[in-house]
Amino acid sequence: MGDRHAVDHAALGDAGVESLRALFPVLAQTVNGAPLAYLDNAATTQTPLPVQDAMRRFEQHDRANIHRGVHTLSQRATEAFEHARSTLKRFVDAGAAHELVFTSGTTEALNLVAHGLSTSGAAPAVIQPDDEIVVSALEHHANLVPWQQAARRCGARLRILRPDAQGRLHVADLARLLTPRTRVFAVTACANATGERPPYEALLALAADAGALTVLDAAQAVGHAVPDLSALACDFMAFSGHKMYGPMGTGALVGRRVALERLEPLRYGGDMVAWVSATETTFAELPMRLEGGTPNVAGAVGQAAAATFIDGIGRGRIEAHASALREHAATGLSELPGLTVLAADAGPSAIVSFVADGVHPHDIGTLLDEQGIAVRTGHHCAQPLLEHLRLGPTTRASFALYNTHAEVERLLAGVARALKVLR
Amino acid sequence: MTDNTAAELDLYQDVVMDHKRSPRHFGTLPAPTHQARGQNPSCGDDLQVTLNVARGQVQDIRFSGQGCAICIASASMMAEAVHGCDVADAQQLQRCFRAVLTGELEPEAAHLGKLVSLAGVRRYPGRIKCALLGWHALMHALGNAP
Repeated sequence: MGDRHAVDHAALGDAGVESLRALFPVLAQTVNGAPLAYLDNAATTQTPLPVQDAMRRFEQHDRANIHRGVHTLSQRATEAFEHARSTLKRFVDAGAAHELVFTSGTTEALNLVAHGLSTSGAAPAVIQPDDEIVVSALEHHANLVPWQQAARRCGARLRILRPDAQGRLHVADLARLLTPRTRVFAVTACANATGERPPYEALLALAADAGALTVLDAAQAVGHAVPDLSALACDFMAFSGHKMYGPMGTGALVGRRVALERLEPLRYGGDMVAWVSATETTFAELPMRLEGGTPNVAGAVGQAAAATFIDGIGRGRIEAHASALREHAATGLSELPGLTVLAADAGPSAIVSFVADGVHPHDIGTLLDEQGIAVRTGHHCAQPLLEHLRLGPTTRASFALYNTHAEVERLLAGVARALKVLR
Repeated sequence: MTDNTAAELDLYQDVVMDHKRSPRHFGTLPAPTHQARGQNPSCGDDLQVTLNVARGQVQDIRFSGQGCAICIASASMMAEAVHGCDVADAQQLQRCFRAVLTGELEPEAAHLGKLVSLAGVRRYPGRIKCALLGWHALMHALGNAP
C-alpha cells in the first residue's frame, strides 16, 4: 500500500486529516464499543463546525423572511441568501449565462426539471408526444422516476442508455440512441450504486449537439469532484448540500438561464410572482420564479459555507484523498475470497460497492456496525442498474475528506471476519 | 474465532447459520392450494411460500427466493415448524413469534421451540422485517383462498 499512501500524503496528509477530523464533532464517538468509522458518505456527509457556526450565526443574528421586508433583519437575511447563491454559483463555475435556484436537494431539483419540461403553462410543454427522453441506466431513482412520469404525462418515449457488463457508459452507445426527437438527455456524474464515473463531459456534448436539453445529476460528485459548469454542455445540473458537508434538506438546480426559463414552475405561491390579480398572475424573473414559498435560508447559508470549506481545503486534495481511500478499499476487498468489487476501475471515485458470494449485504452491514463501521447495504435506489448487472443488493462504503487509511483497514478486516461468520 | 461480538452470539447462532446454509422445505409445490409472495424492496429480499392445505391442516409447505441469513433461516424454521400443523396453530405461532420480535412478549413465555434462536433479532430493529418476511408471506397465503 506504500504507493497509495504516498499519493495520500501529498494530497492531504495524516496530520491534515487528523486536524480536519477535529472539525467534525460527530466523528468523535464510539458505536457498539468501537470508534465510529463513518463510511456512509455517499448517503450523507457530516457537517464541520464552520458550517454549523455559519448557520447558527444566521439563526441568532439575521433570521427574518427574505425579499419582502424593509426592516434591517429582512435585508440582512436577503443579503445572506443572495450571497449564498453567489458563492455556490462560483463554486460550480457558473457564468453570466447561468442561474442557480435553491431546492431541498437533488431530488427536488431533478423533479423541478422533469416536471417543468413536461407541464404546460402559458406555453405548451417542452416535451411533446412522440418526443424521446434518454436516461442512463446508471441513475439513482431520483434521475429516473421523474423522467418515467414526464414521459407518461407527455406521451413521450423513455429510452435507456445501457452500460456494458462492467457498468460503463459509452459515447458510441449514446450516439446510436440520439434522434431528432431526443428532447432530453439525463445522466449522472457518478453512479451512486457502483462508484462508476461516466464520461459525462463527452456524453453531454454529444446530446447537446443533437439538440437535446442536457441534465447532469452531480449529487455524488459535488463533495469531491465538482463539475465545472462553464466547461460543460449542460443545461441543468442538480446537487445536494448534505453530500458536500452541508445541511440536510438543501440543494440547488443550476443551469443556463435560457433553459431554466423554459421550466413551468413546480410550486406556485408567494415570492415567485410579479403581479397577482384575483384571476391572473404573472411570474417573477429567475431565480425567484422557481423558488415559491419561504426557502431554507439558514440551509442556503450552510450550503455556501460548505462550499467555502471545501475550497479552503482544496477540491483536488479532497478528490485525491477520497480516491486513494477508494483504491485502497477496492484493492483489499478484491483480495477476499468470493468477493466482487463493482466498477473496480471506476477511475477517481469515492464509492466502493461490492457483493460477496453466498453472503447477504444486510448481514455484512450488521456485523460491521457491531464494530462501529457504518456502511450502506441494499439497492441504493438503483434497482434497474443492479438488475442489468445481474446483481442483487450490494454493500457500499463511501469516503470523505475525514476518513483514514486505518478506517479502510478496519473495513477490510471487518468484511473478512463477516465472511467467516456468515459462510 | 475468539471474542465474538454481540451480533455473532445473538443473531448468527449455529442453528440459524445451519438453516441459512441448508434451508429446509426449500422449493415450490407443483400444485399448491395456497401461495403468496413477500418482498422487501429496500434490500431486495423476495420470498415465495406455497402451501397444500387440507382439512384445516398445512399438509405441505415449500418456500423459495432470496434473502439475508436471518430472512432465509427464519423462513426455513417456519416451514419446519408449521409443516403438518393445524392452520389455527400456525397462525398462533406467527402471532407469538411476531410478538417476541416486536418486544411484546418475552421469548421464554412464547413456547417457540427452535425458533427461539431468532429471538435476538428483537435487539436489532433494522433486521426485524428480515425475520418476518417469510411469515408475512405465510399469513398472506393462508388468507388467500384458492
